[in-house]
Amino acid sequence: MWRIESPRLIAGLTRMVRDVGVAEDLAQDALVAALEQWPQSGVPRNPGAWLMAIGKRRAIDGFRRAEVGERKYAELGLTQQSQHELDAATVDTALDDDIGDDLLRLVFIACHPILAQNARVALTLRLLGGLTTTEIARAFFAPEATVAQRIVRAKRTLTAARVPFEVPRGADRAARLASVLEVLYLIFNEGYCATAGEDWVRPALCEDALRMSRMVAELMPEEPEVHGLAALLEIQASRIGARTGPNGDPILLKDQDRTRWNHVLIARGLVALERAERLGGAHGPYALQAAIAACHGRARTPEETDWLRIVALYDALLEVLPSPVVALNRAVAVGIGYGPAAGLEAVEELHGSGLLDGYYLLPCIRGDLLLRLGRESEARAEFKRAAHLTENLRERSMLLARASSPTATQRGEA
Amino acid sequence: MRFMMLMLPNGYQNAPPGTLPTADAIATMRKYNESLQKAGVLMALDGLQPPSVGGARVTFSGGKPEIKDGPFTEAKEVVGGFWIIQVKSREEALEWASRCPAPPGDVIEVRQFLEFSDFPPDVQEAMMNMPAIEGET
Repeated sequence: MWRIESPRLIAGLTRMVRDVGVAEDLAQDALVAALEQWPQSGVPRNPGAWLMAIGKRRAIDGFRRAEVGERKYAELGLTQQSQHELDAATVDTALDDDIGDDLLRLVFIACHPILAQNARVALTLRLLGGLTTTEIARAFFAPEATVAQRIVRAKRTLTAARVPFEVPRGADRAARLASVLEVLYLIFNEGYCATAGEDWVRPALCEDALRMSRMVAELMPEEPEVHGLAALLEIQASRIGARTGPNGDPILLKDQDRTRWNHVLIARGLVALERAERLGGAHGPYALQAAIAACHGRARTPEETDWLRIVALYDALLEVLPSPVVALNRAVAVGIGYGPAAGLEAVEELHGSGLLDGYYLLPCIRGDLLLRLGRESEARAEFKRAAHLTENLRERSMLLARASSPTATQRGEA
Repeated sequence: MRFMMLMLPNGYQNAPPGTLPTADAIATMRKYNESLQKAGVLMALDGLQPPSVGGARVTFSGGKPEIKDGPFTEAKEVVGGFWIIQVKSREEALEWASRCPAPPGDVIEVRQFLEFSDFPPDVQEAMMNMPAIEGET
């Protein structure tokens, strides 16, 4: 129930008390009250409204306590007046629309650029995803105390800076929205391609990000990039079940059993992509990445993949998102669409720039292309280099295996 | 984790052709479906005609398929629709099912999806080595 109700509850209460930390405490109080009372009174017809009424009641008590300083009075007031408010709440149907706005404000606050990136991630998972601190700590292999501290500090920062509880408009909006999308994408990616730990995918984290991206898409139906992100995550997530073998080893895109892709998610992704494009967002960075993912999603066999279209989409993506990682992915597509020599040429350009020094995928992809050109000893050296650069244990062992026997498996886009 | 919520409407096994929910019932259910969608948990949903419309059972009692047209009057209950939801826990799935504005007598059966990872590693291995269904060459 916490997971279902807490985001809306915290959002509504934040509007009232103007402090996410206080709002979260109130929401937790309300939940405790529900756990105490519902077993006897039965679950109310509208649990969300019931919880909100209790939370608001406690908030008012809090204000009163602060003013009068008389704790007892507040507690008495609660028992006498709460029933009436709860009755009123059950018929409060206008609540839903307001809550949508509050929820959106909460999204923007949790992803506020004033916060460090890891604080945004933790706060978003906590406030919007309804995860406990323990769950977040486990997901990121961080000590629980560190995450708790991070969340407390983030809330304090928001309060100290008096960050307004509002949906940004005007010039500010684009940057703030970008931060929201970035946070969701980061969460998804940590699940999709874990940077640390034993497992190479952590589906639960992907599901959290996916769920939040759908939520945000419902809240901002007119924003094309929000649908672009949702599309990207749906299509990427469709492959999760096929991306790992029985032992948890990664399976490359071209080797995946495509019947095990989740076709419901692919269909959802294609619909979201179409929506982004219809809203004029075909050239947004997320929509373009979704369009690339869709090229794979539509192909029933690896051979059916339209690599030339993928290269063209990467070209467009590089215009709006000029990043060396995108350029590297483009080089992979070039290597398949136009042959390994063309691909290697693109990789060498990047190699020369030095922008990707230390990034394990560069030597890995270089190794692949060299191998396809028959330059085996050079390829081995590249795989070895890549193995030493990755933190992920599964990937490291796969790369080391390739360094000793390079022709056994070939790297593709996973 | 994914769950399917199977709606088993009261008496649907005997429902005559043209049995449809009322406009009111549709509006109420729509609100519920929207709440699933807004929460980001809804993956898919659909409704099914009663077995008297287009329904049939293909049985394999002797190993060979045998077709028997609907309605299935001997059935205790039949599926009338379904939702596929993606949630954090079984408790959450049950919570969502409990919130359905279903009329008295209806049943929602909540079932967890069988995931590839639920099979033991050797079975997974065997499944993976099987040729893909759509002729991969």
